[in-house]
Amino acid sequence: MLCDICGKNPATVHLTEIIDDQMNELHLCEACAHEKSAQMESKFGLSDLLAGLAEFEKPDLDKEVAGLKCPNCKLTYADFKKIGRLGCGECYITFKKYLTPLLRRIHGSSQHFGKSPVRVTKVVKKKLDLADLRYKLQKAIEEEAFEEAARLRDQIRELEKKQRQNNDA
Amino acid sequence: MKLDDLLTHTSEWLKGTGPNSDIVISSRIRLARNLDKFPFPHWANQKQGEEILQTVAQASSKIDYLKNTTNFTLTDLESLDKQFLVERHLMSREHAQKAGHKAVIIDSEEIISIMVNEEDHLRIQVMQSGFNLYEAWNIINRIDDCLAKELSFAFMADWGYLTACPTNTGTGMRGSVMLHLPALVMMRQIDRVLAAIAKLSFTTRGLYGEGTQASGNFFQVSNQVSLGQSEEEIIENINSLIRQIVEQENQARAALLSRNGAVLEDRINRSLGILKSAHIINSQETIELLSLVRMGCDLGIIKDIDRRTINELFIITQPAHLQKIMKKKLSTQERDIKRAEIIRNKLKI
Repeated sequence: MLCDICGKNPATVHLTEIIDDQMNELHLCEACAHEKSAQMESKFGLSDLLAGLAEFEKPDLDKEVAGLKCPNCKLTYADFKKIGRLGCGECYITFKKYLTPLLRRIHGSSQHFGKSPVRVTKVVKKKLDLADLRYKLQKAIEEEAFEEAARLRDQIRELEKKQRQNNDA
Repeated sequence: MKLDDLLTHTSEWLKGTGPNSDIVISSRIRLARNLDKFPFPHWANQKQGEEILQTVAQASSKIDYLKNTTNFTLTDLESLDKQFLVERHLMSREHAQKAGHKAVIIDSEEIISIMVNEEDHLRIQVMQSGFNLYEAWNIINRIDDCLAKELSFAFMADWGYLTACPTNTGTGMRGSVMLHLPALVMMRQIDRVLAAIAKLSFTTRGLYGEGTQASGNFFQVSNQVSLGQSEEEIIENINSLIRQIVEQENQARAALLSRNGAVLEDRINRSLGILKSAHIINSQETIELLSLVRMGCDLGIIKDIDRRTINELFIITQPAHLQKIMKKKLSTQERDIKRAEIIRNKLKI
């Protein structure tokens, strides 16, 4: 098993924390464990865990995004890592590149399939329609309804083509 | 509605009715929503916090579904009142404890509550008695649609509803079911069940939600994943898990009865005996004994007390409730005496 942080060295330190009957496991190499130990000794809450998860993505993320700041609410990525909370809705756009892998790690997915507000902009509506078709396609494939899947695939292609044309215009 | 009116009212979640209400106490759905114009509560300044309160108050006053609600600003409430609302599951401990511009909107039936400026701008909650997540979803879905006509929510096509913590992003939905599992605890099978729940990416918490210990054999099970599944799928996943746990609890109860019927009857009746005769009792002991008596009612071992009375005792014997009933501050010892008195009176036949 490789270290959860650097992903290079074999994990020799195994940490298990139980919060509310829920077990969190971390497998670290000696060097990373040493670095993390100060943090581990302090309270190991959800925000720390989240901040930790964000950090696992790339060891040299710090230099790249530390200064990245949300133009709307002025929260920096370093702030997010510290407090484990974003500052406003726009932060999601500002930090999109870094949040995508984080959301995948938390939820096992980075595509919303639930309801949407009754009022949305046209751009959002188009994106939602496309996401909905992709979702139906996935279901059709799972159910081996290949004719339906082919029909959905064509519909998706058509929509994507239109969107590209609109973007070019 | 005044806060004290709630004292004489039985909360929806304690009615003891609804599907599987012997094992499933209540079902709850909450939706996290944020206004797209404002920073999230923890990042908003005083003025913005105040504006958020006003914006939400104005919107909710226009909605038909919310016409029987009262909006309580937390700075206007005494700490005892806040504790009282926490005990009734109408707001979270965190909401009661942290300072700032906060409010809670509650309907007179105690089915709907909306916390304003908790971790997110809106935390809408709908409670139902028994195993009934779909009904809770039907109600909350309509309220959410009405609110969305008045308020512009932070939303992205790819990631759904945007929340302060990325663990809630997507549907912003958490479905929770409160279970009473005394037989699984007695048979020492509960750890196995809890481990299985965690493995399936669900969370178990205590009576009062996040950060609380399980006590009196009560466990709150909820989904962890909020992105990548539709609301209905999330509910169906919780439901199928809950159905299995209910089945296991039923099997454990049957096994206890057939293997150790006399021991079980003895424990249950002794618990009732203590509750009927104690003159000093703390809340932990009360919850533990009431839990056994409740199972006794479910199994027909105790016939002359109904589930609703037991449920009511669970709530009115809590510290803030005792003090609200007595209309004064009580020390721990005074509470333990008063608690025993109330229980004796309620269980007198």
